[in-house]
Amino acid sequence: MRNTTILAILCLLGSYFARARTVTVCPTCSFSGIKQAVAAAQAGDVVLVKKGTYREYNIELNKPLTLKGEGYPIIDGQNQGEVLSITAGGVVVEGLDIRNVGTSYIEDRAGIRVKKARGFTIRNNRLNNTFFGIYLEKSADGTVSGNHVSGEAVQEMSSGNAIHMWYCKNVLVEHNYLRGHRDGIYLEFVDSSRIRLNISEDNIRYGLHFMFSNDDDYFHNTFRRNGAGVAVMFSRRINMWENTFEHNWGRASYGLLLKEIYDAEIRDNTFRENTIGIYVEGSTRLQYRNNEFSRNGWAIKMSGGCLDNVVANNNFRYNTFDLALNSAANNNRFDGNYWSNYTGYDLGRDGRGDVPYHPVKLFNYVVNRTPEAMVLLRSLFVGLLNFSEKVSPVFTPANVADNSPLMRPITFNRTVQPKNRN
Amino acid sequence: MLKILKYSFFDLMRSRWAYIYTAFFLLLTVSLLWLSGDIAKVVASLMNVILVLAPLIATMFGVMYYYNSREFTELLLSQPIRRRHIFFGQYLGLALSLSLSLLLGVGLPFVVYGVWGSAEVWDFMMLLVVGVFLSFIFSALSFFIALRNENRIKGFGLAILVWLFFAVIYDGLFLLALSLFSDYPLENFAIGASLFNPIDLSRVLILLKLDISALMGYTGAVIQKFLGTALGMAVSMAALSVWVLLPAWGIQHVAKHKDF
Repeated sequence: MRNTTILAILCLLGSYFARARTVTVCPTCSFSGIKQAVAAAQAGDVVLVKKGTYREYNIELNKPLTLKGEGYPIIDGQNQGEVLSITAGGVVVEGLDIRNVGTSYIEDRAGIRVKKARGFTIRNNRLNNTFFGIYLEKSADGTVSGNHVSGEAVQEMSSGNAIHMWYCKNVLVEHNYLRGHRDGIYLEFVDSSRIRLNISEDNIRYGLHFMFSNDDDYFHNTFRRNGAGVAVMFSRRINMWENTFEHNWGRASYGLLLKEIYDAEIRDNTFRENTIGIYVEGSTRLQYRNNEFSRNGWAIKMSGGCLDNVVANNNFRYNTFDLALNSAANNNRFDGNYWSNYTGYDLGRDGRGDVPYHPVKLFNYVVNRTPEAMVLLRSLFVGLLNFSEKVSPVFTPANVADNSPLMRPITFNRTVQPKNRN
Repeated sequence: MLKILKYSFFDLMRSRWAYIYTAFFLLLTVSLLWLSGDIAKVVASLMNVILVLAPLIATMFGVMYYYNSREFTELLLSQPIRRRHIFFGQYLGLALSLSLSLLLGVGLPFVVYGVWGSAEVWDFMMLLVVGVFLSFIFSALSFFIALRNENRIKGFGLAILVWLFFAVIYDGLFLLALSLFSDYPLENFAIGASLFNPIDLSRVLILLKLDISALMGYTGAVIQKFLGTALGMAVSMAALSVWVLLPAWGIQHVAKHKDF
C-alpha cells in the first residue's frame, strides 16, 4: 500500500517536471521545424516557437501540448494544405502567425482545426489567407479568443469561414477580429456557447451565422459592412444582447436575419444604416426590447407567420420605413416605442402620445405589391397618399399600432464596446 | 438681347419677391444645417423642398412677370429689335435671377458650413444643378403659357395646372400604371416614365446620389445601372436640357407669329 502511494507521488512529480519541460523551436536550434519538435515533445510540454518563418503544413497536435509563439513566428502553409490540427484535449495554441492554407473545392482546409477535442484554447493568433480560419468539429469546452483572422474572399463558393463550428458544445468565442471571409463566425449544431466582444466586418455573406444551434448567447459584438450582419436560422433560445449592426447596405442586405426562430430575446442592440434592420421570417415568441433603429431603409420587415412577438421600448429614428408586414393577420404587440415619424400629441403630459401610431404606411403597402413603385419614393404624391391614408386607413392594417408611443426618444447607455485589434 | 437680359435681370433682382425667395432658402438651409448638422440629411430634406418649390415659384414668377411687364414689352416691340431677342432676353433674365436666388440661398450656408471638404459635396452640387434646371424649365413653360394666353386668369390657371400635373398628377398616373401592369417587367418603363417628367428625373438623380438605390431592390439596380453611369448621367442631363429647349423653342415660335 505504502509503496504504491510513493510510486503514485513519484509519478505525479515526474509528470509535474515533464510538464515544465520546454521544447524550443527556432531556425538555428536543434529543432528547426515545428513538426519535429511536436513529435519529440511529451504530453504537457510547452513547445516554444521563436520568431522566424516556418514553411510547414499538416502539423498534428495529438497530445496535450502548449504551442506558443514568441514575436509572432510565421507558419506558412504555402497553399499546400491545412496548417495545424488539434486532435487531443487540453491543447493551447497561442501567438502564432499562420498563413496561406490555399483554397480547396474538395475539402474544408483550415488554418487551425480542432477535431474531437475537449478543453482547447486558441488565443491571440493571427491568421491570414487561411481558407477556413479556425475550424472546430465535434469539440467542446474550449476558448477561442483574441484572434485576428483575415482573408481575401471574393466569391461565396470559393471561400471559407473565419471561425467555423460544427457539432460543438460550450465554446467561448471572444475578442476576435474577423474579416474578409464567407461568414465571420459560423455555427451549425452548436449548443450552449457564447460569442462576445467580437468584431466581424467585410464578410461576403454573414458576420455571424447560426444554423440548428440552441441555447446560445451573443453579446457586445459589432457586425459591420457584411453581406448581412447576422443570420439566425432554425434555432431556439438564442439571446442577442447589446450588439451593433451597422452599414450592412446593399440590395439584399440586412442587419439581422431571423428565420424559424423561437423564444429568442433581442435586447439593447443598435441597428444603424442597414438596408433592412431586422428581416424576420416565420419566427414566433420573440422579444424585441430597448433596441435602437436609426437610419435604416426598413427598420423591421416581417413576412408571414410571425406570431406573438413583442416590440417594446425601442427607438425608431429616421428610418425610411419603420415596419413592413406582408400579411394581414397580425397578433404581434407594439408598445411604448419612440417613433420619429410620429406626429401625435400628448395632452395628458405623461410622455406618451394620445393617438396610436401606425407604423405601416400606405406607400409601404404599395411597394410590397409593386416594387417598381419605389421610384416614387419621397415624391409629393406619395406624401399626399400617406397623409390621406393616415387620416382614414383603408388599406393598411388597423390593428398594427403602437397605442402608447413615446414622445421623446429613450436614452440608452451602451458602455461595453469591442476593441478594434489590428 | 444682352441689354434686355441685363435689364430684366436687375429689375427682378431688385424686386421684393426675389429678396423673399432668397431669404426663405437662406433661412431654411441655415436652420436645417443648424438643427441636424448632418449634410446628407439636410440635402435630403432640402431636396423635398426644392423639388416642390423651385418649379412652383418659377411658374408663378414666369406668368406674373410676363403679364406685369406687358406694357414694357409693347414698348420694346415698337423698337427695331428682333422679337426673339426681346423674349429670350426677358426669359433668361427671369430664369437667371431665380437661379441666382436659389444658389445664394442654398449655397451660401453650405459653403460657410464647409461643404467643400466633405464627402457629400457631389450630392450638394447635384441638388444645385437640379434646382437651376428646374428653374429654367418651369419659367420657360410658364412664359410659353403666358405668351399663348392673353387672358390672365386663364394663363395663371393653366400654368398652375401644368405645375400640378408634373408635381402630383403625373406621379399618380405613374403609380396607377405601375400597379395595373404589375405582372409585366416594368423597370424600363419606370426609367422611361421618369425621363418624361423633369421633377421625377431630378428626384431620382438626387436619390441615387444619396445611396437610397439600395432600397429599391431590383428596380434600383436597373436604374442605378442606367442612370448611375456616365452615359446615364449624360442622357438624363440631355433630357433636362431638352426640357429647357422645348418650351424655349415654343416661346420663339409663338413670339414670331403672335399678333400684339
